[in-house]
Amino acid sequence: IETKPEAHGHNYLKRKGPGALATAYLVIYNVVMTAGWLVIAVGLARAYLARGSYHGLYYSIEKPLKFFQTGAILEILHCAVGIVPSSVVLTGFQVMSRVFLTWAVTHSVREVQSEDSVLLFVTAWTVTEIIRYSFYTFSLLNHLPYLIKWARYTFFFVLYPMGVTGELLTIYAALPFVQKTGLYSVTLPNKYNFSFDYYTFLILVMFSYIPLFPQLYFHMIRQRKKVLGQVEDYSKVE
Amino acid sequence: MDALALEASGKKLPNGSSITALPPTTPAKRKPAKKAKKAVVFFEVEILDAKTKDKLCFLDKVEPNATIGEIKSMFHKSHPQFYPARQSIRLDPKGKSLKDEDVLQHLPVGTTATFYFRDLGAQISWVTVFLTEYTGPLVIYLLFYFRVPFIYAPKYDFTTSKHWVVHLACMCHSFHYVKRLLETLFVHRFSHGTMPLRNIFKNCSYYWGFAAWMAYYINHPLYTPPIYGEQQIRLALIVFLFCQIGNLSIHIALRNLRPPGSKTRKIPYPTKNPFTWIFVLVSCPNYTYELGSWLGFTLMTQCLPVAFFTLVGFIQMTVWAKGKHRSYLKEFRDYPPLRSPILPFVL
Repeated sequence: IETKPEAHGHNYLKRKGPGALATAYLVIYNVVMTAGWLVIAVGLARAYLARGSYHGLYYSIEKPLKFFQTGAILEILHCAVGIVPSSVVLTGFQVMSRVFLTWAVTHSVREVQSEDSVLLFVTAWTVTEIIRYSFYTFSLLNHLPYLIKWARYTFFFVLYPMGVTGELLTIYAALPFVQKTGLYSVTLPNKYNFSFDYYTFLILVMFSYIPLFPQLYFHMIRQRKKVLGQVEDYSKVE
Repeated sequence: MDALALEASGKKLPNGSSITALPPTTPAKRKPAKKAKKAVVFFEVEILDAKTKDKLCFLDKVEPNATIGEIKSMFHKSHPQFYPARQSIRLDPKGKSLKDEDVLQHLPVGTTATFYFRDLGAQISWVTVFLTEYTGPLVIYLLFYFRVPFIYAPKYDFTTSKHWVVHLACMCHSFHYVKRLLETLFVHRFSHGTMPLRNIFKNCSYYWGFAAWMAYYINHPLYTPPIYGEQQIRLALIVFLFCQIGNLSIHIALRNLRPPGSKTRKIPYPTKNPFTWIFVLVSCPNYTYELGSWLGFTLMTQCLPVAFFTLVGFIQMTVWAKGKHRSYLKEFRDYPPLRSPILPFVL
């Protein structure tokens, strides 16, 4: 049973897969998530057609975006419990970085919500998630259309950089407002003898993309060779 | 747990004759007609790379009572870049490493033994790592305590805090790391000589980073002393000192379990020292006391970064304690069932 292709090389032979109940639950989960992100996609399209511009589309999908992106936290639980054979740490990191951008940046800093960079990463996330969740759904049902597998391991070439660009630009746009208002920052003196500068923290987050993004990108490229490469080999043998 | 002693029997040598190797422990039996050959059969050892299976080294005329450690030295001669500490020798490419003390003829090998070699990477001695990782916090904390330039605003350079708890905290912190350094030099008996080199960067980042983070706030000009003042500080100091003595007592008790130069493992038991009586309830009381010390320090300084450091340390020590507890249970059938890994009855 293929649930997360990341597990391919490592657990392929040892994995016994989730039980019947867990599989049913995961199918429902992935169907719901696919539907949710479709709602967001449709919402964006409709708002664009209604207004005639890209500007301020965030507000039309703000609620479903928050709901379904936050819901992805369940995926960390799935790994922790063992019904999905992925690393808790890796999944946790990926999900929390999305949640961070959704809540701690876009939601928290009102002024960036009308930025085009927000639309950029929301679009990237939407397309990625629709493909990813339908991929999981079909995999769990053992009827994975090659098109979806191909899309999952090909679209990222564009969607990853697109999403990263949108995210970085958004964080950058938020910086002056964070500095001005001292958002989420704690200064001395206080009885816990602790301080935190959110502005500096955001800058460090931006810098962290430099080592992290290439690693994730190349990991996906390697996965692509493994997953799609096999099929090409078989067809050659034919 | 050690490899079984097997007789290598019936193996034919290239010249067609066969020799039975007698294990040294059997008394001289009256064997029919196996004559003048003194039963010292030399082994041949070939060492293959565990990943590529290339033949790296071939040793002939190896004494049957040679240890893995001695074989490692011989391998080192032909491959000078692989000093013994970075060699992992196994019977199986994916198997466990053999110990240096294992004796060749007691291993399940024929007279031509095949071993697999894995490079453990550059190694560094435990003593070196400990000394480096503990000296850092000692020095770094003092830099903040003396308010060396470029940390705080220039007007505070080389000033001292007006709160006496800050001086006390410095003494406690410094005492703690001096104690650790002395224990490394004079108390601990390490079962492994070395660890991978990359660990020193990881470990030093952890200790030095946290020390700087804590010291920054405790010695800050805007530091706020504990809410409950003298009472809180006094209680914290008592807890801290109690646990420091406790921790030292456990280290000494553990040291005394092991004769010098040996790597034996025994079940630790309470001694005459009351601080060791906690062994009744806990497998790794050194970690219990360590946690207590840092809780005391947290209480004394009322500093959130110290609380974080305590928490992270506690998580790591719990992982270690659980591992140690599990290996005690595996190794000793009569291990006291009342004991918990780190917190009595709880964890």
